[in-house]
Amino acid sequence: MSDIQINIINKTYPAIEQAEAHTAIADLNLNLKSGEFICLVGPSGCGKTTLLNIIADLDNDYQGSIGLSQQSVRPKIGYIFQNPRLLPWHTVRENIELVVEDPLSANIIDNLLEVMQLTPSQHVYPERLSLGMSRRVAITRAFAVDPDLLLMDEPFVSLDAPTARQVRALLLSLWQQRPHTVLFVTHDLREAIALADRLIFLSASPMSVISEINVPIPRAERHDEAAIEAFRQQLLNDYPAIKELL
Amino acid sequence: MPLLSLLAFLALWQGCAFYINIHSLPTPAVVAQVFWQACSSGQLPFHLGVTLLRLLVSFSIAMLLGSAIGIVLGRHKKLDAFFDNWLVIFLNVPALVTIILCYVWFGLIESAAILAVVINKLPSVIVTIREGARSLDQDLLDMARCFGFSQRKTLIHVIWPQLHPFVMAATRSGLALIWKIILVVELLGRSNGMGYQLHLFFQMFDVASILAYTIAFVGVIQLIELIILKPLDRKALRWRR
Repeated sequence: MSDIQINIINKTYPAIEQAEAHTAIADLNLNLKSGEFICLVGPSGCGKTTLLNIIADLDNDYQGSIGLSQQSVRPKIGYIFQNPRLLPWHTVRENIELVVEDPLSANIIDNLLEVMQLTPSQHVYPERLSLGMSRRVAITRAFAVDPDLLLMDEPFVSLDAPTARQVRALLLSLWQQRPHTVLFVTHDLREAIALADRLIFLSASPMSVISEINVPIPRAERHDEAAIEAFRQQLLNDYPAIKELL
Repeated sequence: MPLLSLLAFLALWQGCAFYINIHSLPTPAVVAQVFWQACSSGQLPFHLGVTLLRLLVSFSIAMLLGSAIGIVLGRHKKLDAFFDNWLVIFLNVPALVTIILCYVWFGLIESAAILAVVINKLPSVIVTIREGARSLDQDLLDMARCFGFSQRKTLIHVIWPQLHPFVMAATRSGLALIWKIILVVELLGRSNGMGYQLHLFFQMFDVASILAYTIAFVGVIQLIELIILKPLDRKALRWRR
């Protein structure tokens, strides 16, 4: 897949009754390189979900453009929303099968379910799953479409630490099997450092880019919490403005 | 318990019949005898069948058309605002007026009878399904759009399951309403069916036959509930905890 250029001049929510018009994003420029894992870090309510919705073509009411450098076909997008958004009347497996166009994909789905440790629960309805398992199903569904661009909107929020760690490791293992561009929204700096090739820090609303920082820690050392904490401290010392975003 | 309740009802009926004039309220045994005679002569099955056929045709048209219009109005605010007053008007036109007008304009024909029933039922189906379409989960619709679901796939897998409770509500209230309207339609302008027969019995003051035909009809509606609607409910809601 080619690079993606994001240029949003203005995104404003119109006034509704008592609420005044609100500018969510202003002059935001981003370049997503193919196969890159990018973490967007910013305070709650700064417009990160709005940005993902614009990229996913769920929101067309903005000034600006989302462009591809080499191809005209829209990239295949996998979106992991903040809440899992599973269809409750379909089983785990049916939820995944529905997004896959290829009818010969049973093996691919079997493998994904295996990797995500969901095989025993594949015929269970989502209402009977824990939140952690529902999130794993949502991640599996997004990977099942074999996306060119994976959008992840705080997918591990409200998970307990061990479950979040486990699902994060599964995510990285899937991503390393088939690298594609990932845009991962979080306000947890440690999580961002553990996952990303590049960190993009965003200001509070109206949202714009404050700074972009490459993560120099090799992938093999990302499980080392001391290394992550050291880099985090270094970032906070070098860029004091980041403290206010977290 | 249901059997005990039924026996208590029959005992109460028998007791009332004992004190009231037997021509005004025949005993359960007399009604059962009339019921059996009407069945064995073929009269009751024939007229019941004719009425059920009218019910099936008019109910199907009203549900399909009403669901389609209800979904469209529920998802398009401008269309909904335009047609909202029309719905209020049609909801409040008395059933008798629609039936008489259909017979006056189109004659005493079968299609006029069906049309009259459909016009009476359609607005309430539209209103019920419109409420369902208004309350569709936008998050799930966004998910479907993001993952490239076709319109057909979205309708079958995302929209329709959410509308199920509203469709079942429209079905149950529809059955109860439609068969009452059909009897009036038959009474006013048809030469067969339950309504026509009840009109004859009324003229002859034959209360036993009126009760026998009523029991047959109530029984059929109960069977529809037990054999069709309840299993449909169970199948559609099997995912609930």
